[in-house]
Amino acid sequence: MYARRGSRLSALLHQAAALGATLALAWFLVANTLENLAERNIASGFAFLGREAGFAIGETTFISYSAADSYLRALAVGIANTARVALVGIVAATFLGTLIGLARLSHNWLLARLAAAYVEFVRNVPLLVQLFFLYALITEYLPAPRAALEPLPGFYLSNRGIFMPAPGPHSAYLWMLAAFLAGSVAALLFGRWARARRVTGARGFPVPEIGLALVLVPPALAYLAAGAPTELDVPQLVGFNFTGGMTITPEFAALAAGLVLYTAAFIAEIVRAGIESVSYGQFEAAYAIGLTRRQAMRHVVLPQALRAIVPPLTNQYLNLTKNSSLAVAIGYPDLVSIANTTINQTGQAIEGIAIIMLVYLTISLSISGFMNWYNARVALRGRG
Amino acid sequence: MSGKTWSVPGWVRANLFPGPLSGLATLAILYLAWQALPPLVNWAFLDAVWSARDAGPCRAEHAGACWAFVTDKYRFILFGTYPYEAHWRPAVATVLLIALWIVSLVRAAWKPWLLLPWACGLTAIGVLMWGGVFGLGYVENERWGGLTLTLLLVTFGIGCAFPLAVLLALARRSSLPVLRGLAVGYIELIRGVPLISLLFMASVMLPLFLPSGVSIDKLLRAQIALILFAAAYLAEIVRGGLQAVPRAQYDAADALGFSYGQKMLYVILPQALRIAIPPLVNSFIGFFKDTSLVLIIGLFDLLSTVKVALTEPAWSGFGVEAYLFASLVYFVFCYAMSRYSRALEREYARGRRSAFWSLDLPR
Repeated sequence: MYARRGSRLSALLHQAAALGATLALAWFLVANTLENLAERNIASGFAFLGREAGFAIGETTFISYSAADSYLRALAVGIANTARVALVGIVAATFLGTLIGLARLSHNWLLARLAAAYVEFVRNVPLLVQLFFLYALITEYLPAPRAALEPLPGFYLSNRGIFMPAPGPHSAYLWMLAAFLAGSVAALLFGRWARARRVTGARGFPVPEIGLALVLVPPALAYLAAGAPTELDVPQLVGFNFTGGMTITPEFAALAAGLVLYTAAFIAEIVRAGIESVSYGQFEAAYAIGLTRRQAMRHVVLPQALRAIVPPLTNQYLNLTKNSSLAVAIGYPDLVSIANTTINQTGQAIEGIAIIMLVYLTISLSISGFMNWYNARVALRGRG
Repeated sequence: MSGKTWSVPGWVRANLFPGPLSGLATLAILYLAWQALPPLVNWAFLDAVWSARDAGPCRAEHAGACWAFVTDKYRFILFGTYPYEAHWRPAVATVLLIALWIVSLVRAAWKPWLLLPWACGLTAIGVLMWGGVFGLGYVENERWGGLTLTLLLVTFGIGCAFPLAVLLALARRSSLPVLRGLAVGYIELIRGVPLISLLFMASVMLPLFLPSGVSIDKLLRAQIALILFAAAYLAEIVRGGLQAVPRAQYDAADALGFSYGQKMLYVILPQALRIAIPPLVNSFIGFFKDTSLVLIIGLFDLLSTVKVALTEPAWSGFGVEAYLFASLVYFVFCYAMSRYSRALEREYARGRRSAFWSLDLPR
């Protein structure tokens, strides 16, 4: 670049001024805050985390909790609840979004129009409105537990939640989980080994089929070996509500459904754009060299489409996770909602908000870190 | 379809039954529509209660949708707790604001003189809303609400966030490492946390940040949080625009001996912002939707007035109708903006093919 005389000095001055202004602003804010805190007799620090929380939490994920537990444990429950709804949301939204995106590309006029109308409507209404709508739909239009709908035997839909049978407590399920994890690792290693072998020119394996078998067969064997338990914990109507079985609360159902329906519309557009970005000539070239339709999709089109899909998809995953904080508006006990209760009870606003921001920053950075790693894998390799 | 004459059976065959699986999908959709549409139409129109003083008729045995909620409560939903007899003031202000936006969307109006109608319009809106002069009674801004408040939050949010975003984008693209670091830190921090945490911060922490004795009201606090939030997202779009300006343009401006300010103001920004307008409009839509979150810190925006109207015991239990109405209002605004952004994109795509400067000459 063309460097004018004295431009280095002016650059230095500009930067010093910017830094100075930022530091002065920070000092002004911190000084005011300290003064205000002293005036209001609010002790700062994280000591409050060890104190008894004293409020109940409607639902928990993995972590048991009672009102006698500490604030720290309550916040951990909040983080686990956030993680649960975000994970369910990301998986389901990716699945639904891909389906809708493919439907938009369909030659079937009706299907394509339906998908387009869905995307158009959902994207232009705030998520919060949709959450309130879904919550109202569940609590106002579903019957009370006594008159619950039973679409399948043992499955009940009511305004107090969705109830379904769960497998009864048995050690077989732990063994199945272990077998599933071991099978997944084996499938990954096998895939690597097969790829390395194919490069050497040896005869290939039907990798997807063997991989799938490696993941699914061990849990099935473990189930049979552990005595094939058939006992089911079926929900029973006791008094005004169901007990037993698995419960999906109205709050979780509304939040998860809202996040999935909303994010799927955005993912659909990303998938559509990604596939449209692969030119038709690529299909033709793949057929011309003798690939089957599936091979062409798997080895030619999909790798190129993924390259256009992955970066914006990352953004949608991050958005979904951040949007899960809207839980506070419909009463699902996620991190923000529990931190909010904590702030109201203890007055430790700065610490509470710092915790929220720190957790979300960590989640954001880890998701984008993971997706960057994945993106680097699917990205164009250098011409070597 | 080229070369053949268009016929109904031909179209149906080609578009509804192109293959066995697709034909099955068509049949499934038609079956579902046949099952779901009649009850839906009955609920929404034929059995609906369109007007009533209270929810009595809505609670009758076979009553459908209770639109009476909307027809009874629409003034509260649109204008919040603004004094009832003075509702014409927020109504005129809202129409004025929408008119200003529509004028600003016309490309021929993208000239410096556009600032004049905005200045006059916003002054008029301020006079109408606050009053206290010309015989209008004074109304404190705690009583503003509904659609008017939502539109005001959006307008001032975008108006203040945009210049901030341009500065942030320039800083992020700057060659000065300290400036760049500060901009990157700010943008990534804001984009990494949910808007709710910023709104909480504004409502609980902002009073702590200020010298004792100084206080700012709830509306202004929420507005500040929205501006700081929007600026980070808009900055990334402006940065995209800056990156899309061909390198040669920067070099040409340097070669002419332009200073940094001249280079940006006369050469780079006009091109960068032009490129960035369609994505900017898209992010305005997102921002419009995001303003609904101020409900959580207790501001009376459009969604909040709907929710408050529902808490009245006479109307409780009609959330589905109420939120459908809210969706419709948001949809009208957002859909209009998204059509506009798409039209603009098409126009640009046409223009770009002949645009000389888009040729990225080898350096």
